[in-house]
Amino acid sequence: MQNILLELLYVMCGIVSFIAAYYAFTGKGQECRIGTSLFWAILGLVFTIGRYMPKNVVGAMILVMAILAAFKHVRVGKFFTSSPEFKEKKAAEIGNKLFVPALAIAVAAFGIAQFTKLGGLVGLGIGAVIALLISFATTGARIDEATRESARLLHQVGPASILPQLLAALGALFNAAGVGEVISRGIGAILPADNITLGVIAYCVGMALFTIIMGNAFAAFAVITAGVGVPFVLNQGADPAVAAALAMTAGYCGTLMTPMAANFNIVSASILELKDKYMIIKKQIPVGVVLLIVHIILMLVFAF
Amino acid sequence: MIKLIGILIIIVGFALKLDPIAVVVVAGLATGLTAGMSFNQILTTLGDAFITNRYMTVFFVTLPAIGILECYGLRERAAYLIGKMRSVTPGRLFVIYTALRTLAAALSLRLGGHVQFIRPLILPMAEGAAKNNYGELEEQDIEELKGLAGATENYGNFYGQNVFVASGGVLLIIGVLKELGFNVEALAVAKASIPIAVIAVIVSAVQFLYYDRKLVRKKKMV
Repeated sequence: MQNILLELLYVMCGIVSFIAAYYAFTGKGQECRIGTSLFWAILGLVFTIGRYMPKNVVGAMILVMAILAAFKHVRVGKFFTSSPEFKEKKAAEIGNKLFVPALAIAVAAFGIAQFTKLGGLVGLGIGAVIALLISFATTGARIDEATRESARLLHQVGPASILPQLLAALGALFNAAGVGEVISRGIGAILPADNITLGVIAYCVGMALFTIIMGNAFAAFAVITAGVGVPFVLNQGADPAVAAALAMTAGYCGTLMTPMAANFNIVSASILELKDKYMIIKKQIPVGVVLLIVHIILMLVFAF
Repeated sequence: MIKLIGILIIIVGFALKLDPIAVVVVAGLATGLTAGMSFNQILTTLGDAFITNRYMTVFFVTLPAIGILECYGLRERAAYLIGKMRSVTPGRLFVIYTALRTLAAALSLRLGGHVQFIRPLILPMAEGAAKNNYGELEEQDIEELKGLAGATENYGNFYGQNVFVASGGVLLIIGVLKELGFNVEALAVAKASIPIAVIAVIVSAVQFLYYDRKLVRKKKMV
């Protein structure tokens, strides 16, 4: 039952991707029409029928998507959307009921994960359908507005939307190639494997440092968990869910402290017209350091 | 050692702000080739894991509903509600915003952003509150006020998001752990993220209220 519902969920995701491809292909003023629509169409195929295709073909399709993204052939389309005046007017008319569909997604996802055996993902899917129905009811929107808005949002997120999925695939490759073993052997030379405190410190600080260098905690997580987290923390008897959850947010402490995370720290300084472009980072460093120390303590207390 | 080439490519590629998708794929190819895998094996491993990890991208299904709501003024309504609050000092305003932003992130509500909320709403409110309480601010104090206004958005955004069971971070954690041989539940990861979300609000509150105190002292000295 759960698997059927999950496949259905992936088909719905695929349809959203196909819709983005359709708007890219037909949209007025769309730059790189072919590349953009090809990217979203391939992703739609992977979602809907990827499971039944030979896996090396899927791999080749990923390669095509990467090439399209590398050569900047996936562009944001020009979409018509409602005017600021219309939004203000509707916001006042509809009022707080606007929050109901958005909350329905969270409540359904949590409730179904907590009280059924279907899991949070199926919950998210069911919540999304309920939210869409309530949205139509409360706003009186038309179906073509829903398709247009979903395409607009997906274009805005762009190719980066598949980054987590791709990083997990990279993790699988690292695993097949034995990368984690090489790192842990290197670190094992300086760090005793059975010292839990040092292991936890290495995992949390490693996440923060790699995130500072790369500007992206997701990328750091795949690398550091394989190389440091598994041998020095998880294999020492830590609760994997707790340790990994804290490792990820320990990475976010690194995000607070790095100009590499330009969107959050540097671009936003320009948006706020700061003279000192590093002021946001300067303010965030003390909080980031304190929170990193808190992460180490929490991991030692709650994961063991 | 040569197998670590993939990690080097990731570090250099992300640091140079090259296209992240291309960087990750090139790092995968390089790692596989140096480990002696055939090109076909690499594509198969990549494709297989990509299919298994489709669930990381399931936020697609929420886009139609979120899109409609944004089109019909969801952000405007949230801005209106925040604007109605009469907050006394800039520090307290930031504390409230960080708490609300954390809560919204935990519910996967995408309400926030430096462009959408901080610049048009929170910063002017904070500047107004500062002026009411402490008179005209010196230039350095205004810079710090803006820095804190930028930081409040990041604090709330970062530490709240993993409390949501189907957030990108939670799904990535499950996916990576599964590839490494550990099976964990999304709900367990989300619950384990709650304490740090609360602590982040508290620690940042200390910073914001300290800024208030600094301005109070300055005023007394004049």
